[in-house]
Amino acid sequence: MSVLLLLLLPLAATLLICIPFGKRWVPAVTLLSCLAELVLTARLALQVVAGHAPGELLAASWSKWIAVDGLSALILLLIALIGTTAALYSVGYMAVEELTARKLRLYHANYNLFIFSMLAIPVLAEPTLVWIVVELTTLCSALLVSFDNTREALEAAWKYVVLSLMGAGVALLGFMVLFAAMHAGGGGTYTWAGLVAVAPRMPPLLLQAAFLLILIGLGTKVGLVPMHTWLPDAHSQAPSPVCALLSGIETSSILYVILRLFPLMQAVPGAHAETWAMVLGLISVGTASFLLLQVKDYKRLFAFSTVEHMGIMLAAIGLGGSAANYGALQQMVSHSVTKSFCFLAAGAALLATGTREIGAVRALIRRSPPAGAALILGGLAIAGAPPMAVFLSEFAILKAGLARGQYLATGLLATFIVIAFFGVMAHLNRMVFGAPANATAQPAQSGPEPAGTFQLPLSCRLALMLAAVPVLVLGVYLPRTLHDLLMLATAAIMR
Amino acid sequence: MSAAAQQLLENLNALAAGLFLLTAFGIVAMRQARACLNLFILQSLLLAASAVLLGVRYDSGHLYGVALVNLVSKPLIVPWLLRKTSPAEIYTRREIEQVLDIPIALLIALALVIAAYFVGIPLANAVGPGFRGPNVPIGIAVLLLGAFTLTVRREALSLLIGLLVMENGAFLAGIAIARDLGMLVELAIATDGLVIVFIMGVLVRAVQQQIGTTAIGALASLKETAAQAAAARPSPADRASS
Repeated sequence: MSVLLLLLLPLAATLLICIPFGKRWVPAVTLLSCLAELVLTARLALQVVAGHAPGELLAASWSKWIAVDGLSALILLLIALIGTTAALYSVGYMAVEELTARKLRLYHANYNLFIFSMLAIPVLAEPTLVWIVVELTTLCSALLVSFDNTREALEAAWKYVVLSLMGAGVALLGFMVLFAAMHAGGGGTYTWAGLVAVAPRMPPLLLQAAFLLILIGLGTKVGLVPMHTWLPDAHSQAPSPVCALLSGIETSSILYVILRLFPLMQAVPGAHAETWAMVLGLISVGTASFLLLQVKDYKRLFAFSTVEHMGIMLAAIGLGGSAANYGALQQMVSHSVTKSFCFLAAGAALLATGTREIGAVRALIRRSPPAGAALILGGLAIAGAPPMAVFLSEFAILKAGLARGQYLATGLLATFIVIAFFGVMAHLNRMVFGAPANATAQPAQSGPEPAGTFQLPLSCRLALMLAAVPVLVLGVYLPRTLHDLLMLATAAIMR
Repeated sequence: MSAAAQQLLENLNALAAGLFLLTAFGIVAMRQARACLNLFILQSLLLAASAVLLGVRYDSGHLYGVALVNLVSKPLIVPWLLRKTSPAEIYTRREIEQVLDIPIALLIALALVIAAYFVGIPLANAVGPGFRGPNVPIGIAVLLLGAFTLTVRREALSLLIGLLVMENGAFLAGIAIARDLGMLVELAIATDGLVIVFIMGVLVRAVQQQIGTTAIGALASLKETAAQAAAARPSPADRASS
């Protein structure tokens, strides 16, 4: 029953936010509901690791629609974790923006709905219902992307909605073809588990068509390269806590849906799911790592880095073998915690300087020491410097690739990762430590606060500190429970 | 059911599917936003007709449900929601400046339909020997035409209709190959379509208030090359003026 409670919590929070109890009430509700979700998902993950079968966690009548296995539990945990830190960060971030009570309620109501739609993705087991909640993630976050109501934010939101829904239309056909494939294979229950059971009897043509349609359709929302054009816009124009959600976890939770198809494809000989994943993944990593070099806007920098990391995960899946799959999922964990931290740091820099332009920010470490320190730490962590989480998972992937004898793919992947490393660090280093270009221009560029040191709100500093903990800890120590959960999740994406 | 009756139903379904494809061509070619909306409503009615005919042919009560959902949501609720959320200006707009002129757009649309035929026929054959009919290739064709509309149009309403047309296309293929998808799913998908209309309507209103146009597809300040110009505009000042 805890699964149903998990889905009801954010909905209840949305309703509670509509009660006008003043400005402190609204963020408190969001924060409390996110904390409760974190506790629930952690409990659920422990239950899954302890070996409770998915059905045991639920009342029998629901088990047709809802199922939680290791992979779902992993995604749920990440959503709740990042939802919580971003909610804590929102308290201070939105206080600086000085919004009207109505606008604040709108933000938090949408925030909770967005969390709801994401939590529903790994919980639901029926593919078409999953498709619907994937659409809901777009629709619930659209008004968050356009929240600043500037020309750029509206354009980004529109592009985001149109391209994501275009992809969703293609994916809908894919899910219907998948259903037809199951029917042609003799039928069964249309759930992830049911599909895996029927997969060997499905007509390969239909299964492949469904896989490609879904890969392209949902790949649009993951941000894979030919379809990524909306991602840097939406992920840079949204308010920073929302960026942390969009980049940190929304992309990963959509990638989760694609991962669910791999055990089906592996049941059919010669289906080449790995090849498709490898090609799309490498194209994404390569394009993103070069685009990183020429960005002018530091939030776009992190957005392109998201495209890069999604590519790394998909390429790792494409390498094949359980070690590479494990590495891909570990990369998903480290990307989620690190990228959300990066966007929170970028938000701090934006609050301190009032501009998104890389060229206009210099010597951030003096203007706002916490923002500068967080930004450089986030940059190092996301680029993959040791000893941080991303380094460990990227290392695991490259090692698995070499062990499989995929020298060309692994070499390309390593090259692109190194290029991206220098791209990220060159920009951020100048922003944080670089000398001010001309001291007279500085006050004109500075934001709502007068020049001098900028005091970051307490909740933002707190959120940054909390978000930094997993980034640093996961680089040197992988807890036993998390390792077990990753093993279970790896088993779920392999046949 | 006699063989002749089955044949008649299949022929009528083919007629509905053919007209369905024609409306998609109309949407590609029409300049007036209002006409696009009317064609979309006609298309949804044809989708419902195809669902009813296939429902009788294969004796599937579930398909009547699809037809009913389509009859209620698209011709009635979609225009109502649009009136509620978005500015009236979107109806009166005409697109004089199109990315492509109409004959070229129609030629490309024709090429897309031919491509869809070659993709759709093997898929329909793989579903099983029992199934015949043009639903799968036409559904894929309309999906592609909807995507094509999205790339050549700039007006908010035309873009929204392009999205809904894509979904209609996926459905026309879906009712033929995935007949027993389940009523809950159908209802959820229909609700989802309405949420799309609602959210996009709200966005269009915001754009019209902020920028003063509904030619939303023409906005292009967020590009890598234009990033310098966009960033040069100080964003706090933007916020202060709004």
